[in-house]
Amino acid sequence: MRPLITALGLLVAWELLVRLTRVPPYILPPPSRVASVLIDRFDLLLEQALWTGAEMILGLVLGLVLGSALAVVFAASAGWRRWALPLVIVSQAIPVIAVAPLLVLWLGYGMASKVAMAALVIFFPVVSSLYDGLRRTDEGWLELARTMDAPPRAILLQIKLPAALPAFASGARIAAAVAPIGAVIGEWVGASAGLGYLMTQQLARGQTPLAFAALFVLCLLGLGLYTATDRLLRRLVPWQSFQGD
Amino acid sequence: MADLVVPSLSVRDARIAFDGHLVAERLSFDMPAGRTTCLLGRSGVGKTSLLRHLAGLLPDTARAAPLAYMAQQDRLLPWLSVLDNVLLGYRLRGDDAARRAAEPRARALLAEVGLGDRLSALPRTLSGGMRQRAALARTLCEDRPVILMDEPFAHLDAVTRLDLQDLAVRLLAGRTAVLVTHDPLEALRVGHEVRVLHGSPFTVGQAIVPPGPAPRDPGDPALLALQAQLIRDLRGIA
Repeated sequence: MRPLITALGLLVAWELLVRLTRVPPYILPPPSRVASVLIDRFDLLLEQALWTGAEMILGLVLGLVLGSALAVVFAASAGWRRWALPLVIVSQAIPVIAVAPLLVLWLGYGMASKVAMAALVIFFPVVSSLYDGLRRTDEGWLELARTMDAPPRAILLQIKLPAALPAFASGARIAAAVAPIGAVIGEWVGASAGLGYLMTQQLARGQTPLAFAALFVLCLLGLGLYTATDRLLRRLVPWQSFQGD
Repeated sequence: MADLVVPSLSVRDARIAFDGHLVAERLSFDMPAGRTTCLLGRSGVGKTSLLRHLAGLLPDTARAAPLAYMAQQDRLLPWLSVLDNVLLGYRLRGDDAARRAAEPRARALLAEVGLGDRLSALPRTLSGGMRQRAALARTLCEDRPVILMDEPFAHLDAVTRLDLQDLAVRLLAGRTAVLVTHDPLEALRVGHEVRVLHGSPFTVGQAIVPPGPAPRDPGDPALLALQAQLIRDLRGIA
């Protein structure tokens, strides 16, 4: 309830600021104006939101699957670790935004380049959190497994992997929070649909209120994605208790 | 149990080092088959290293026989139910037929340790004593002829500890068990033989055989006299 009151207070302050300073709406539209655009153009916004939402979810799933797979491979194979892990780390030095035009060039203006972009952004937090978790298995559990004559595969799948799920969950939460960045950057660079595309297009035309409305929907989308992911992860790791809950 | 060949355990001219630090040298002694030997020593003397040596958990060591190992911590997996934790060895070895065959015994053992009604509970919903009892059931469910226990009851309150000692004596009967402890009374209540570890690098003292069958009454004057002697031993030399 309290964050809602804070948000409401900020909106009122914004409205007052715009009215008192008489900033033109193409520079900074008042919230009331954005709200009315939000209602008038709801169909358009919903259509674009579905498109961007699909990009985010597909990118998130792709990044989680690829990132998890690579983390497991790194944990299981010293060869892969030696040959490919440094590359994954170095690849993070390349700014994702710089790669975006290339992805559009290769994968086109459609959804694929945005999905790839989102997957690329979330790939690293997923790999590093899960790999880290896989390496930090409680020594006592591993010892127990060894005295039980467990084969290495069973140790990985039945002990290391579940034990790493809380670490994976942290990475997946970050992934859910940054997946929208990937999708929107992709849309800015070159797209024919989506909320990011709508924003750049409307800003160029001086339709700032609609751009703000798109931004607002984008925020809701990101929030929804994060909340849904968080819920799912809590179900995945029911034995973990959170402090401050 | 009936078809198990229960071996004795021997340490012959062993050198035990942990983290580059020499714990024991030219160590030789025997632990009789089908009996419980308690190794008593102060903290840091090297009891755990000796047990890990026996378990083949130290580098360049091999274990003497198929064994089950119980540590100070319960080491229950938090994502598995109590029953699945007790059957962990069978799950890890991936032998489904053996697991199905072992399940009735797992249930019986859990009933015996007083957890018969908590089979599907997750470990974090159990108290420390219940968790350690589940760990005891897991150790015994492995059905190995040799059982090594590293201060298994150290973290428990006095009464729970006594209860678990009674339980362990009953369930360990017929197996070769080695129980490491820093508590003289625990060693005297549970062990067929008690040996004191002292010095650095440590040496293993002569076997002390407490009178009467285990679990022994903690109020028995003979036992208390032995306890006083063991405490003097531990204090004086170690």
